[in-house]
Amino acid sequence: MTKDQVAELEGRAKEIRVLTIDAIGHLGVGHIGGAMSVADLLALLYFRRMDVDPKDPRRADRDQLVLSKGHAGPALYATLALKGYFPIEWLRTLNVGGTALPSHCDRNRTPGIDMTTGSLGQGISAACGIALGNRLASVGSRVYCVIGDGECDEGQVWEAAMFAAHYKLDRLTTFVDRNGMQIDGRTDEIMALGSLAAKWRAFGWFVQEVDGHDMGAMDGAIGAAALELGRPSMIILDTIKGKGFSIGEGKVESHNMSFGAEEAKKAIAALEGR
Amino acid sequence: MEKKEMRAAYAETLIELGRENPDIVVLEADLMRATGTASFAKAFPDRAFNAGVAEANMVGVASGLSAAGRIPFAATFGSFAGRRDYDQFFLSANYARLNVKLVGTDPGVTAKYNGGTHMPFEDLVLMRAIPGLCVLEPSDPVSLAALVRRSAELYGCVYIRMPRGSADILYPSSESFEIGKSKVLRRGKDVAIFALGALMVGEAIKAAEGLALRGMAASVIDVLSLKPLDLDTLFALARETGRVVSCENGQASGGLGGAIAEYLLEEGIPIKFARIGVRDEFGEVGTQEYLQERFGLTARKIEEAALSLA
Repeated sequence: MTKDQVAELEGRAKEIRVLTIDAIGHLGVGHIGGAMSVADLLALLYFRRMDVDPKDPRRADRDQLVLSKGHAGPALYATLALKGYFPIEWLRTLNVGGTALPSHCDRNRTPGIDMTTGSLGQGISAACGIALGNRLASVGSRVYCVIGDGECDEGQVWEAAMFAAHYKLDRLTTFVDRNGMQIDGRTDEIMALGSLAAKWRAFGWFVQEVDGHDMGAMDGAIGAAALELGRPSMIILDTIKGKGFSIGEGKVESHNMSFGAEEAKKAIAALEGR
Repeated sequence: MEKKEMRAAYAETLIELGRENPDIVVLEADLMRATGTASFAKAFPDRAFNAGVAEANMVGVASGLSAAGRIPFAATFGSFAGRRDYDQFFLSANYARLNVKLVGTDPGVTAKYNGGTHMPFEDLVLMRAIPGLCVLEPSDPVSLAALVRRSAELYGCVYIRMPRGSADILYPSSESFEIGKSKVLRRGKDVAIFALGALMVGEAIKAAEGLALRGMAASVIDVLSLKPLDLDTLFALARETGRVVSCENGQASGGLGGAIAEYLLEEGIPIKFARIGVRDEFGEVGTQEYLQERFGLTARKIEEAALSLA
């Protein structure tokens, strides 16, 4: 990527963060921490890597994203709005009764959402199924999946890990958003994960570890994953929970945080002032 | 009466469907030999997936396959179909409005020597609570084959409960079946016996024959579809007879007995009512005959229940 391309994507990531903070602040509460940590990846996927068409959200041969950590929905909604799937104005309807934008991703309510998620561990299994289904239909597109590091506590994640390797799902690229925190505290205090990279390697995946806030590094890893044949790819992203949200950055409490429009305004000013 | 293995009917139907429609895929969790779908895997090796001993992931993968336009049939023991992958079936398949067919084998006491750990008395109760899910328990190989076919034609999730072993063939092969429709197997004006599944339909027919000898004319209804329940038939026969007995190979509360009581009370149809089913107990090991006696799932119990309403 050129410097300009990186700068453009960083600009997109900032827009995603601004819109996410605004939407959650407008409502007064939400999963801001895990939304902020994954914002850079979402910008990179939707504005560079994924072959998608906002005018045809269910096109059969599109690339797909399963946001298995479904509580980060608000960041994905901001991304999809910026991409043109629906009007930006929708973002302030987050979690309002009757909204198209529920807290957790819902494929039937939101244009551009590929899979319904929210009960942790389930999205990665569904991503395996989509990758397998695409292969059966000779659809050559890619399936991306994002899981949380806390989500790796779920046994289903490892069932899916075995399945993807056994069936050689090489069109599946999964990311762990390793922000080191889960609801009750730091992951190493609540349920130590040990070496995630060693674990995924042992399960038969092609594993890379990169800075989840470095566009160039992530892009390189995604490119390398696409070249890997015969096994699924895992890209472990080292991230900061609440990244770019001054009130909650690096704090466990940012997982699901209450803050209002005034605080959102201040946080957005701080973000844009950097 | 002629018999046939239910699993053979299941696998043969899947193979027929597989020939007609390349979207049909089969998933198993290390029970491919038990459920009979090894023959499908032989016919269509690219469309049969063993997920290993991992039911939750199997149903999650099935949901993804559905999202990618395939029509997955996933099977496991009913104990696990209900309990081990309930959240996955609930959310990834049903809540996501996808098209996953889940089959639970070895219902109730047919789990026999596998015992209480593997004896699903609760799967129908759990499945009934999932909005929009079709819950079917075919009574013989013909109705099973037809309802598997209807399930494949329908866009939406279906739970099919079936024993693996031999069952009496109750219907001619030309009989047609619809999801949400029951079959009246026998007409009698004194009591209506609503039975679900091969085991209880068989017992209900025997009970009706016994009741006839004792001067009580019984209707026997093969319910087939617990959800949606065939309310037209239920209401008509309840009004006609004024006496209803429900029979199921599972918990009497929350399943068929529960459903019938709810609908009849709500409709304001005054009837005398008895339930045949398991009364808030866990399963245990034994022969099927022993277990039927142990949990009161016999023709004799149905007769006694019907006579108690006279």
